Amino acid sequence: MRFPYDTTYRDPQKLLRYPVDWLLYGLLTAVLMAAPWFLPRYYVGEITFIFIMCVASLGLMVVTGFTGQVSLGHAAFVAIGAYTHALLMTAGVPFLVSIVLAGAFTGAVGLLVGLPAIRVSGLHLAMVTLAFSVIVEQIVGRWKSVTGGFTGIPVPPPNIFGFDLGAQKPFYYLCLAVLVTVLGALINLLRGHAGRAFIGVRDSEAAALSLGVWIAGYKVLAFTMSAGITGIAGALFAHHLQFVTPEGFSLLLSLELVMMVMIGGLGSLRGAILGAVFISLLPTAISATKPFLPARISGQFGLEIFVFGLVLALFILFEPTGLNGRWIKLKALFSAFPLYRRDMLRRGKTYMRSERYR
Amino acid sequence: MNLQVVQLLQLCLNGIAIGAIYALVALGLVMIYKATETVNFAHGDILMAAAFVGWALISVAALPFWLAALVTIIASAGLAYFLESQVMRVIVGQPQFAGAMLTLALAFMIRGAVSMAFGPTSRTFETPWSGHTVHIGPLVIATLNIVILVAAIGITAALYFFLRRTKLGVSIQAASQNQLAAYLCGIPVKRLNSMVWAIAGSMAAVGGLLLAPIALVDIGLWFVVLKALAALVLGGFGSIPGAIVGGLLIGIVEQLAGVYLPDGFKDVMAYLVLIAVLVLWPRGILGEAHGRRV
Repeated sequence: MRFPYDTTYRDPQKLLRYPVDWLLYGLLTAVLMAAPWFLPRYYVGEITFIFIMCVASLGLMVVTGFTGQVSLGHAAFVAIGAYTHALLMTAGVPFLVSIVLAGAFTGAVGLLVGLPAIRVSGLHLAMVTLAFSVIVEQIVGRWKSVTGGFTGIPVPPPNIFGFDLGAQKPFYYLCLAVLVTVLGALINLLRGHAGRAFIGVRDSEAAALSLGVWIAGYKVLAFTMSAGITGIAGALFAHHLQFVTPEGFSLLLSLELVMMVMIGGLGSLRGAILGAVFISLLPTAISATKPFLPARISGQFGLEIFVFGLVLALFILFEPTGLNGRWIKLKALFSAFPLYRRDMLRRGKTYMRSERYR
Repeated sequence: MNLQVVQLLQLCLNGIAIGAIYALVALGLVMIYKATETVNFAHGDILMAAAFVGWALISVAALPFWLAALVTIIASAGLAYFLESQVMRVIVGQPQFAGAMLTLALAFMIRGAVSMAFGPTSRTFETPWSGHTVHIGPLVIATLNIVILVAAIGITAALYFFLRRTKLGVSIQAASQNQLAAYLCGIPVKRLNSMVWAIAGSMAAVGGLLLAPIALVDIGLWFVVLKALAALVLGGFGSIPGAIVGGLLIGIVEQLAGVYLPDGFKDVMAYLVLIAVLVLWPRGILGEAHGRRV
């Protein structure tokens, strides 16, 4: 067990409070920095993809996990970010300006989509975003003069002040840098005023309102920010794909993003990252187990989606707090090592709670 | 009659036929929503699975159509009953979103299982009405469309009678209005909820069997659940008559958009309607007035 012992007011505000945090996160940083130099090329590409998905998942976590606004259509924002960035880059805008503009434009679209969030909530908002995602997919597929239709458009390689970042290793570091920046910004944002307001809106709108939180404003702010971050992820994704086509941004991507935040654990940034890593690795894991399965099953193309559904269902049924909840429980078990009781981590019984209007 | 009017009427008739299927699916969704407060995203996949089972029974096992339809409907009802009683019930009491996500997970599993069992190719099967048409004045109507409409009206009427006039139906209504009060009156709420899912599942099977000859027996059939959601929203979420009205309207609007609006609008019209209605008019046509409990 560890008992916090603060000697200054600054102590509880530190991101890394204990020496062991410094050690572990330092180790993680060292491993991630060194990874491209000794891993095979294929895995470097995979990890880069995971970084991009982490950024997108963090974006969705802001709105779904912290503000409680369910969005089933975030692939649309990934698509908008990717296409905006691709078009700007093609027009000759420098990389850094272009990625910021792509994020800003996606955020502006998110603002438009987020405005209904003031009026509709819960499942209705989920439906609005789902419908929005389908519509964007169609527009991207049909608006041939701008998006190139189903043939897609090529994306020029990223380039900062003359340094070409298109090669695998520089792009890996670029994505890592973006991920760390976004993560750091979100950590600080969410423990500040805005973050508390988000959580207040999520847990009880009435209570938040009576404490003077401007609910409509914070809902829209969360949606806009989430869309902007997802747009930046989309811009990186465009470079990862090198050729953007509408197929990459289907409904399935939206649902994968939602699965990331659900499986990771709603309401925690660590969860968003764990979930993104887990879901991004799942297809690789499935194809790795295929040789051991009977040919009748492994040869079929529905296996992947079946496993995705199974994993999501098992998590919702048996571990609703997600990977992050499991992590916290494990930590509690270890820190209390000989002193845990058998029922320490037993879930309480839940009863039907009506969310119906009366 | 002049040509324009004939075309308009023709489109409306086709729209009503498709809309009747949307209405059937939306009816199932709204019944499940009222009983268990979950939006069942797996509904479209139950429909799709039923269409595939129907295809297998008719084209592979060579059963007569009616027998195959009966078996499919019973199987689909059984599947829905099983899903509610064994899976959905576990998470009772958790937030609404968890339920919706669980149905999404089930949808993925059904979709994966169907595509593993049948492969990705689309197929079609014969119904007793395939290829026949009826002429009414200048209008040409496929007999299948009439059958769809009759089936939808028949099911709706039967459902109305069941919910209003039978003891079981009244108990279902009671349970969906206030579970605790119903439970205290001795109504077996748990079994009734499973039964509502089973009824909705059998309606989805009918929808699947009727939709398959128009569209194709294809994995993509699950998309009808999104159209049905649009229908529900348009009609007023949680209202049974609203589901029917909304379904028919969405069907008609889609057909009209296919002809009178530029290419591509037909596919997204339902979603545009969904967004517009939710933003501008969240109550829908026949929805109940909203009041938020704190």
